[in-house]
Amino acid sequence: MEDKSKKYMNPYLAGVILGFVIMAAFFFSGEGLGGSGAFKDIVKTTVVNVAPEYSANSHYFKSAVESEHSPIKTWLIFEVLGVLLGGAISGAFAGRLKLKIEHSPNITSRTRIIFAIIGGALFGIGSQLGRGCTSGAGLSGMAVMSVSGFLSVAAIFGSGYLFAWFFRKLWI
Amino acid sequence: MAPIFEQSSEWNFLAALFIGIAFGWVLERAGFSTSRKLAGVFYGYDFVVIKVFFTAAITAALGLLFLNFFGIFDFEMVWMPTTYTWPTIVGGIIMGLGFVTGGFCPGTSVCAAATGKLDALAFMGGIIIGIFFYSFTYEPLWETLRASGKLGKVKIGELIGLNEGVAVLAFIAFGLFAFWLVDKIKKVYNIKDVEY
Repeated sequence: MEDKSKKYMNPYLAGVILGFVIMAAFFFSGEGLGGSGAFKDIVKTTVVNVAPEYSANSHYFKSAVESEHSPIKTWLIFEVLGVLLGGAISGAFAGRLKLKIEHSPNITSRTRIIFAIIGGALFGIGSQLGRGCTSGAGLSGMAVMSVSGFLSVAAIFGSGYLFAWFFRKLWI
Repeated sequence: MAPIFEQSSEWNFLAALFIGIAFGWVLERAGFSTSRKLAGVFYGYDFVVIKVFFTAAITAALGLLFLNFFGIFDFEMVWMPTTYTWPTIVGGIIMGLGFVTGGFCPGTSVCAAATGKLDALAFMGGIIIGIFFYSFTYEPLWETLRASGKLGKVKIGELIGLNEGVAVLAFIAFGLFAFWLVDKIKKVYNIKDVEY
């Protein structure tokens, strides 16, 4: 019984359920799912509060200064808080909650952490330039059959395959 | 008529929280809280990312199309991205590089951090660093590129001359082909599973 609960779900079933979650986001809130947007809201809120004068003159932060409501109170912030809760709940029920640094046996934890930070930083930059990440621009964009969504997914995965060979030691 | 909740109503934020919980739950169930499983898609030892990702997109695209036919969902009333070709391509390339180095994307890193993966926490810190860098270098480096190649709110069917229903059908056919192909690749090249 316990063994069974530790296994992962059938990927097609998980995909259908995720599809319904996306539909629910559009149906109830008129929004797509997202990830990077919440990080952007955190950065904007921080900079606008710490350096209001700089923000008012910056093309990137200007909209957050002029906005009437706080940039921290957004749909995506609540959604991402939900992801944190949902991930923890599922992990708890499946017996998968454990503090660890996961990496290939060929590399050290230190290498893994350094490349995780680099990868995150690249995602931070790319998602701002590309108007969203894998979920926001890609998945949600494809759900509404937008050209942008398909273009984004093709670029992300195409680039991943292109560079995969150079970083194979990190994974296999 | 959808959307049900007003944009800045408290109900909408509550809906966001519950939708996020469902999102995080299904990501964790599918195994998306482990970077080695996610990275498998680029090395052929685990194609779960392709399967979950495209099944989800197809299900949602088909479902929203039907809701639209039934007259309870209007694409004009919901989020629809404006297509900017160049920044989307360049941004995507940068993100793809981030994926093979970091092993996560932003959504999955949050889910993984929730189950105790410290590398996911490092990745999240990286995202914040990246956005800070982007924001402070926005005017000299990114502003012109980000506004280039604007096509408007265009759908894939309009671009290639298919009606909405046929475009979704073509997407489904593409998905089924991709699912068949990835299983075939794993079999033909006899790619071994990786333990994690």
